Formats: sequence, structure tokens, C-alpha cells
Amino acid sequence: MPSSRSTAGPQPLPTDLSATDLLALYYYMRLTRVLEERLVALHRQGKVVGGLFRSLGQEADAVGSAYALEPGDMLSPLIRNLGSMLVQGATPLEVFRQYMAKAESPTAGRELNIHFSDLERGFLGQVSSLGTMVPVMAGITLYFKLTDQPRVGLVYVGDGAMSTGAFHEGLNFAAVQRVPLVVVCENNGYAYSTPTRMQTAAARLVDKAAGYGLPGVRADGNDVVATYEVTREAVTRARAGGGPTLIELVTYRRKGHAEHDDQRYLPAGELEAWEQNDPIARYRDRLIGAGWAGVEDLGREDARVETEVDGALARCIDEPFPAIGTALSGVFADPPAAEPEWYRALPGAPSDRRAGEPPHG
Amino acid sequence: MAETTYLEAIRQGIAEEMERDPRVFLLGEDIGALGGPFRVTEGLLDRFGPTRVIDTPVSELAIVGAAAGAAHMGLRPVCEMQFIDFIACAYDMITNYVATARYRGGLSTPLVIRGPSGGYVRGGPFHSQNPEAAFLHTPGLKLVCPATARDAKGLIKSAIRDDDPVLYFEHKYLYRRVKEDLPADPEILVPLGSARVARAGHHLTVVTWSAMVWKALEAAERLDREDGLSVEVLDLRSLVPLDDAAIVASLQRTNRVLIAHEDTRTGGMAGEIAARINELAFEWLDAPVRRVCAHDVPLPYAPPLEDYILPQAEDLVAACRWLANY
Repeated sequence: MPSSRSTAGPQPLPTDLSATDLLALYYYMRLTRVLEERLVALHRQGKVVGGLFRSLGQEADAVGSAYALEPGDMLSPLIRNLGSMLVQGATPLEVFRQYMAKAESPTAGRELNIHFSDLERGFLGQVSSLGTMVPVMAGITLYFKLTDQPRVGLVYVGDGAMSTGAFHEGLNFAAVQRVPLVVVCENNGYAYSTPTRMQTAAARLVDKAAGYGLPGVRADGNDVVATYEVTREAVTRARAGGGPTLIELVTYRRKGHAEHDDQRYLPAGELEAWEQNDPIARYRDRLIGAGWAGVEDLGREDARVETEVDGALARCIDEPFPAIGTALSGVFADPPAAEPEWYRALPGAPSDRRAGEPPHG
Repeated sequence: MAETTYLEAIRQGIAEEMERDPRVFLLGEDIGALGGPFRVTEGLLDRFGPTRVIDTPVSELAIVGAAAGAAHMGLRPVCEMQFIDFIACAYDMITNYVATARYRGGLSTPLVIRGPSGGYVRGGPFHSQNPEAAFLHTPGLKLVCPATARDAKGLIKSAIRDDDPVLYFEHKYLYRRVKEDLPADPEILVPLGSARVARAGHHLTVVTWSAMVWKALEAAERLDREDGLSVEVLDLRSLVPLDDAAIVASLQRTNRVLIAHEDTRTGGMAGEIAARINELAFEWLDAPVRRVCAHDVPLPYAPPLEDYILPQAEDLVAACRWLANY
């Protein structure tokens, strides 16, 4: 097992990451994967009442990019960026409760999966219309700019979302306003069943940056350190007033769009090839090979992940759904003038409400 | 005291709120140096500077989306749609994102979307629309449509102070045609969700809003003169929240109701109001609820065609006579 490299001592750490940081990247990727594996089991048991969206094989791009942010920064994920939310402090307990529509979930059972927000911890949940969060994050970062705060925003889009009008309008707005926003395109090859070549005639998604007058960079999305490094550079530029950057992280979606998708549209052999490029296995080999972490260190992180995920699930699995009485409130800040369900209440016999009516002209 | 036009009243209301609350800022196309095509925001760039009056790209969806993001963080954006017809370009952002934000995620989104709506100005299909019904159907949005200068000012100020998204439909036909004395003191604030009796009467009620209020007043005057009919005109001012109590109270006085709106008929607000009357006060009716609305076509440009499609005072007079004789 010892190689010539390890006998020469560990390699220098990459960029500005410490040994603790390197372990944290591993931890968050493993947390993403194990959490999703538990969700798959719950989905099969019918405990996840809606769809389940995996990020298998894409854990590195979400974790590495989010890790480039500082406290106070804000991100908005897409459906395969669970890892980015975990980096920002979202918990397995919250994710389990969301998927299982528990009363205690962050949205009290109103919203699905990872569609939840905490502006204090720095994540703004997505909606299902793709590209929508780009203009919204342009507004969040416009707020940072207007109030002179050295904070940065990061928003994720996919190869599919980049075809939307919202993406175009939002990125153009952000570029013109020079707001501190980093846009990460997670190019995983498919939007549902549609391959990237049917989304765009551009040779590379990152080439679109030039049309907005923005710097664009492309990196290997399955290399967590590379995703960190390119995002870190863009975040630093944004924080210094240098405006937005478009980053393309090239990765691959190894599961279907959701659990029900059998991926019948994949060319033969494609999935198997990408299975050999697993971001967590690659990173594990690199940590050990470069001497940045030992097998025991990684084993400790693995055990910690298992304990946390199992503990969170045990805590919430038997919790109730929300009470139906909660469903009518909170559309507006002010309570409605009348009970919203008044129109369903049926009066008895035809009323004599006009009895005693004053005569009128 | 100089009279204030409807348009100046909107501008005054916005400026007063910007003065009062540093969180209020404006976003829109050509609202800065130009002051907007109708000059609603004229002078505000000079007065408040480019961080409070932001000219944007031609991107209605991004204007509303960026406003939503800023509003989540505690700012109070006011978005201009250059013509309200283009609010359709932001439909996804408004209905799927803004309207649902509080309910699904507890996200406060205090923003105002305003813009010139309405016809009678030879604007053709894309500069004349009344799109309120498209948003009426989405829970989470408040809709207001002032008819007078006083309400134009009082409602824009209340809309800006409201903690939820408000769509403020101002009528371009009224911009410079409607004016009144507006005292600077006391401050004018008109609560959302409160209707106003624009003219009291006891034979029948016309429920309406925005420019149609003035057509209804014209019709009421003529019916009083020519038929001796006493027509009450109820100006709703807000469509969401809707002042059900004011509608029912007026119906209990007159027992006959005409609902008049400039928007097209099918799926329009009148249908909703008629249904509520049915549920709340059916026994008080002495005649069927009638509607006067635009015919169900895109609004044509040629004057005789536009005048035919849009409701006119004569249409209201005829409908009121039918109701009175029922």
C-alpha cells in the first residue's frame, strides 16, 4: 500500500484548504450520499410521499462550490444540490421531515423535498420552474450591493435551466448591475431525458458567458477540489466588486430524473463509464494517495455520517403529518377578514333573511 | 390649492414613501432619466439617486424576480411595468414564485408591481389591457385599482407599506383627466380591501372600479335626469381583498346589481362577484345580477372598433334600465 509518494511525505495541500477543510468536503459528500440512500429506502416503503430526486455522482460539484462561500453568503440550490444546502447548515433531520411531509418540517408540510429556506443560514429554497432563482438571487445580491455589504450569492442552474427565459433575464440583469452573484451551471448531461446537445447549439455551455460580458470558467464537476477552486476564485472576484461569473461544472446524473425514471433513453455503456468516475471514490483515493488523510480519518467521518443520519431518521420517522387546520393560514401576513372556508358552509332551509326588511323605493 | 392629477398623486405617493422609508426603491424600464413613458417617476432619479431609482434591461421577469429577492431581505421594491400588458412576461415569477413565497416557505415578499393599464386610448391589443383577472385566481396576491386621485395616492402608499405583494393597476386614461385638491396634511392612506360609495342611490347598484367608475357616474347622472332612477355606484378600489360586506350592504339597500368592468367578460371579476352575491345575499335580489364587460376579443385599434368592444356609459344606462324594469 505505501507508495513512493507517501514515503516522501504528504503533498502540499491544494489552494487555501486546510486538512480540516479537506475532511469536511469528504464528510459533506458522504452525508449527501448516505442521506439519499436512506431516502431511497423510505421511498420504497411509501414513507416519502412524493418524488425522490437523487444527486448520485454529482455530490462533488454541489459540495465543493458551496464550500467556497463564507458565513453570511447565500445560495439557492437546484434539485440535485442537496450537498450545497448541507454545507450551509441544513440538517438531515430537516431533509427527512421535508420528504416525509412531517408537521415539524421546515415548511410544515407545505413544500416538497429540498424546497426550503433559511435566510439566516444562507440558503433560499428553489421552486420547480427552472431558472426562476437566477433573477431572485440577482435581487438578493442587489440587496447586498445596495446596502454595501461584502456578501456574495451563488445560484445553481442545470443544462436544462439554461434554456429558460428566466435564466437569460436574470443573468443579464445581474451582469448589467454587476451584483456579487456566482452562477454555477451543473451540466449533468440530461434534463429529464433530453441530452445537453438538444438544449443548446453552443459547443460548451460556458461559452454563453461571453454573450453577457461575463467571465466563464469550466471545470471537472466530479473533482471536488477543482469545483471548490473555480468557485472560490469567482466568489472572491464577486466580493471585490468584480461582478458575476458563469461556471460550468461538468458531471453526470447517474440516476434518472426521479426515482420513477428508468433511464431507457441512455446510450449503452454511458452510465457504466461514469460509474468509474465516482466523485467520492476519486476523492477518497486522492486524500489517501496524497497523504492528506488516513484510512482511519475517513472511517471516522463515515461513522459520523451514519450516526447522524440514523439518529435524525429515528427522531422523525414516526412524527405526524400536519393537522389539516394548519392548511388555510399564512397566505398573507394579515389574517383574512372572513374564514376562508365560509363558502363551503351550507345554510339550512331557504332563509327568511329579508323578513323585517325596510320598505324601499 | 392647486389640483393634483391622478398621475401626480401616484408620483407623490411613491415619493412620500421613499422619503419616509429608506428601504423603498424603484425598478423598471426607462423610469430614471426618462421618468417612464407617462412620466409617473419623473424627477425621482434626481431626488433619490440611482441606487433608489434603477433603470433595468427590458426584462419584466427579472424585474419582478430581483424585486422578490430584495424584498425577502427586507427592502420594499416598487416595480414598474412600462405598460401593464407586459406583466404577462413576468407571469411565472408572480404566480409561481412571489404569490406562493409566504405560504410555502414563510418568506416575506413585500413588493409592489404597478403600471398603466386600460383602454379608451387607441392603444391597440398590447397597450390597453386590464389583466387583473389573470392574477385574481392566484392566492397570495393583492390587487388594487384606483379611480380617483385621492385613492391613487392613498392606495399606492398603503400598497408600499403592505407586507405582501400588491399589484397596483393604474388607469392611463385617468392619468391627466382626473384631478382633485389633495391636502398635504393629513397624510392620505387608503386601506386595502375597502370599497367606497362613489354615489349613493336606492334603486340599483353598479359595482365597478377604475375608469369604469367614471362611466358609471355618468350613467347614473343620466338615469337620474332622464328616468328618475337613483343609482348607487360602488367603487371597489381593491379586488383582493374584496370588500364583500360593502357589496352586500349596497345590495340590501337596492336589491338590484349591475357589475361593470372594462376587462373581457369570460373569467372576469364580474363572474366572481356574482357568485359571491349568490352565496351571501341571494334572498336580497329582486332581479338577476347583470354584467357589462368588454366583449371577448383582443382589443382592436380602430376607434369605432375599440369604442364598440369596450363598455360605454350608454351600455350601462341600458343595463340599468333593464334591471330597474325587471
